Amino acid sequence: MCLAIPGKIVEIAAGQNSVGIVEVTGVRRKVQLGLLEDDIPRIGDWVLIHVGFAMSKISEQDAIEQMRLLTALGETEQAMEEVCGYGVENVSGRDGPSRDWPEQGNARSGA
Amino acid sequence: MRYVDEFRNPELIRKASDEIRRLADPGRHYRIMEVCGGHTHAIYRFGLKDILPANIELIHGPGCPVCVLPMGRIDDGLAIAEDPNIIFVAFGDMMRVPGAHGSPFEHKARGTDVRIVYSPADALELAKKNPEKEVIFFAIGFETTAPSTGLTIMSAMAQDVRNFTVFSNHVTIVPAIRAILDSPDMRLDGFIGPGHVSTVIGCRPYEWIARSEGKPVVTSGFEPLDLLQSIVMLLRQLDAGEARVENQYKRVVPWEGNRAALKVMAEVFELRPYFEWRGLGFISQSALRIREKYAQWDAEQRYSVPETRVADPKAAQCGEVLKGVLKPAQCKLFGKQCTPEHPIGALMVSSEGSCAAYYNYEYRKSLVTRIDPVMSTVA
Amino acid sequence: MAHGAGGKASRRLVEGLFAPLLFPGSEEPLGDAARVAVNGASIAFTTDSFVVKPLRFPGGSIGELAVNGTMNDLAVSGARGCAMVVTFVLEEGLATVTLESEVRAMSKALERAGVIMCGGDTKVVERGKADGMYITTAGIGSPLAGVTVDARSVRAGDKVLLSGPIGDHGITILLARGELDLEADLCSDTRSVLPMVEALAAECSPGIRWMRDPTRGGVATALNELARDCGLGIELLEEEIPVHDAVRGACELLGLDPLHIANEGQFLAIVSPEYASIAVNALQRVVGGEEARIVGQVREEPANAVLVTTPYGGSRIVEMLVGDPLPRIC
Repeated sequence: MCLAIPGKIVEIAAGQNSVGIVEVTGVRRKVQLGLLEDDIPRIGDWVLIHVGFAMSKISEQDAIEQMRLLTALGETEQAMEEVCGYGVENVSGRDGPSRDWPEQGNARSGA
Repeated sequence: MRYVDEFRNPELIRKASDEIRRLADPGRHYRIMEVCGGHTHAIYRFGLKDILPANIELIHGPGCPVCVLPMGRIDDGLAIAEDPNIIFVAFGDMMRVPGAHGSPFEHKARGTDVRIVYSPADALELAKKNPEKEVIFFAIGFETTAPSTGLTIMSAMAQDVRNFTVFSNHVTIVPAIRAILDSPDMRLDGFIGPGHVSTVIGCRPYEWIARSEGKPVVTSGFEPLDLLQSIVMLLRQLDAGEARVENQYKRVVPWEGNRAALKVMAEVFELRPYFEWRGLGFISQSALRIREKYAQWDAEQRYSVPETRVADPKAAQCGEVLKGVLKPAQCKLFGKQCTPEHPIGALMVSSEGSCAAYYNYEYRKSLVTRIDPVMSTVA
Repeated sequence: MAHGAGGKASRRLVEGLFAPLLFPGSEEPLGDAARVAVNGASIAFTTDSFVVKPLRFPGGSIGELAVNGTMNDLAVSGARGCAMVVTFVLEEGLATVTLESEVRAMSKALERAGVIMCGGDTKVVERGKADGMYITTAGIGSPLAGVTVDARSVRAGDKVLLSGPIGDHGITILLARGELDLEADLCSDTRSVLPMVEALAAECSPGIRWMRDPTRGGVATALNELARDCGLGIELLEEEIPVHDAVRGACELLGLDPLHIANEGQFLAIVSPEYASIAVNALQRVVGGEEARIVGQVREEPANAVLVTTPYGGSRIVEMLVGDPLPRIC
């Protein structure tokens, strides 16, 4: 389910923060911003759009980190460890609880 | 397209696929389920099965809100809409889904006013532009879509729009996953977790899968690199004997979900005691109905609902395919009586239903022995 | 409704009902135009009807479609259109100024295409029918020397040529209807493809196997029909298929595949391998053909099917459309 596409906020309706215009490679559409009322996007922000509603702000930091991890795939063990270090930094709070690997390795049944 | 094209980079896809081959234990057969219909669609659209090793099997899960909608609900919605004063509005996905008396498009041909919208907000606008008519928005979707419907209902109240109602068929994802895991025929090693549902509910709701069932879950994005990276992360856990929830789709999914969206959902909706899922039977606490406070915008309160129950034809094996027990091609009706042109079961109507996706994107590949030289050998 | 959309249902209607009754005994695959012998001369003959909502849209209108559409059917059958007739079915209450602007648009299109309109007919139907107006045109043309268009001559190894970016027309119409509240800087690509076809004929006529204009149902439908008619497989290289950014954006937003979207100013050609680069260069030198590309090739397998391959080794089958492309949210 859930076809959702990244788009850039190019306009915010005057007087109300809850409606804007989003652009996806030259296609523009009205977008409802009410689901992001805790962190209203600004013009230039990228958001994920689903059925005409902005669902989430896209984190450029996390996108860059992901590309770095992907680029490093298949390189030497040392390079891998170095890159894994970035994950532990928990850049955006989107990693969840601490990702210290040794501690978390035991989430088995019966816990 | 930014935040899309980077994740379709061929060089990096090759790297990820090499890493998957390196990690996959040749002595082991991995069974990984992607829960979400959007992931099923992506897997076929990008031809990802061609670049995975043969010992990684992707099993399609029940996360297709059109597929799990019982036919009776479509009949109910259309029965209300037969009144010439009513405009039946739904997403494009619904238009060809057959009820017992035809699909919305077929009803349109017989005179019912049926319209397509891209957004529930557009349905509300339609109601405002047509004050002499009544608009019913036939809402479908998991938790990804429910908050948008909810916010629209709240707007209808705030603007005192009296000719707009919602027929809610929203369902929740966790009970569907539980039904899969409870199924005795099911053997799974891990899950590719739903990406966009998680933008609303976050990743915590999957923790019981890792903790109590011992299966890793990786919440994944929808581009090829997202899915491949998620498989890398699952393999790493499986090879290390671990079971955790991880968030691969960090650029979009917050671990804790979207508080504002969850608040809207809780404000407008409550859980139905039970709801019938096509192919999975009755599941308790698995679907959303509109709260009493918003009864004026609830089609089930405003109109009398026939509560039609339509059984699937006995020969159709939708339930088993939905649960991943059977592959689409193993259903006796697949490709014969049941095709995208005349779908018998909803898995064939929705473009992300496993049967339709397989039929439209893959089926005829399986009828030839080899496809080369451009791509790797299809086993 | 699905029977008019150009895909599987349309084909079944034509093959199952019309062909056996209206042209029995004909063994040739259905083409874009027929060849009729009149006193020893071979004449190309075709007809097409035009139903579009809204009547006017960015880049064109129903009148222009009516002229260019029939010119294009003749062109891809290997003929230069020389005369047309037109019938109008008008809805009672249609504003005169609307009709007048359509006729003006047709007049300009005729001039641009270099073809004359030599007759026609008009009928009026009740209010509520005809969506304003329906137009049918029929055209005759003279065959281009040395060009034969026949699906049965297609061979494995032949190349697939596309004249330019796909999806502009269909997405423009979808947006112009206003139901989806999307805006983009897009316009219909409606135009006569004859200049490009003539350029191809001038330099590669021995190498042309087959041509078609991918209108309703898009490139996917046209190539699926070819695959069925020649019993071979067509492979398209996804990264070679030209698509304008805005078309791509709209398709991603709505969950549509550009390969299923209608075009009104493009054509596909199957060309033998020896002539393939000459052909694409010839097209690129024509004004409006700058974005022509080789987008794929014909192969033995998967027979009767169209396969799209990605640069990283993945592939998917592309089926003929069932009905019109519908936006989806799932």
